[in-house]
Amino acid sequence: MPFQRYVEIGRVALVNYGKEYGRLVVIVDVIDQNRALVDAPDMVRGQMNFKRLSLTDFKIDIPRIPKKSKLIAAMDAADVKNKWEKSSWGRKLIVQKKRAELNDFDRFKVMLAKIKRGHSIRRELTKLKKSASK
Amino acid sequence: MKLWATNEVRAKSKFWYFLRKLKKVKKSNGQVLAINEIFEKYPTKIKNYGIWLRYQSRTGYHNMYKEYRDTTLNGAVEYLYNEMASRHRVRFPCIQIIKTATIPSKLCKRESTKQFHDSKIKFPLVFKKVRPPYRKLKTTFKASRPNLFM
Repeated sequence: MPFQRYVEIGRVALVNYGKEYGRLVVIVDVIDQNRALVDAPDMVRGQMNFKRLSLTDFKIDIPRIPKKSKLIAAMDAADVKNKWEKSSWGRKLIVQKKRAELNDFDRFKVMLAKIKRGHSIRRELTKLKKSASK
Repeated sequence: MKLWATNEVRAKSKFWYFLRKLKKVKKSNGQVLAINEIFEKYPTKIKNYGIWLRYQSRTGYHNMYKEYRDTTLNGAVEYLYNEMASRHRVRFPCIQIIKTATIPSKLCKRESTKQFHDSKIKFPLVFKKVRPPYRKLKTTFKASRPNLFM
């Protein structure tokens, strides 16, 4: 199957450009071939171009143009926020954000931690090598 | 009278132009009492707008009916002007909007609007071009070719 993600009603998408950058939105209706009506619990429903949307794997079960309360309920029921934060895409974004917030000392600590991790990995590896050669 | 213009001065000029055609009144015998910008009442609702227009082409005048799906009438009119310029090479001054209406989806005529009246609509996005998140980060030349496949 060539396509996994479709534009459809209830599809969760990530905004990748503009004012709403980084927000998870739900497609509630399709305006035309270029734009969709998108909504999220903490925003005013509005139109957005498909160029600005990256479709995710998640789809929630909603009718076309639901009431805000129904949308929020459906999002809670589908547990979109937690699923997103557990998905590899969402995790990467969280890590990216965390890394951007680090100051110089934090980055230094990350460097030390990385060295430590490298050491322990190498130690384990040599142990394994020794046991394999015997 | 409802009309579209980029500012009030142009709107007034256009108003007198249309009024001259409709009634025997000229600017010297009349006065504009009020100009109000009309804002959409429900800008979060999608409507089908039907627009009747008349335009001057290189050979003569033509009448036309077009349908657009949009959340605001102004957005639909904007689309109309762009589409007229691209499809028919007709610019703003040559276009007269005769009438606009919101069309119930049953009465829509054009296939281009009717195809979106499906509540189980489903289609893939076939072209993926992720832009940099801000205009500032835009670059003309890239180090690596982008992957446009979904």
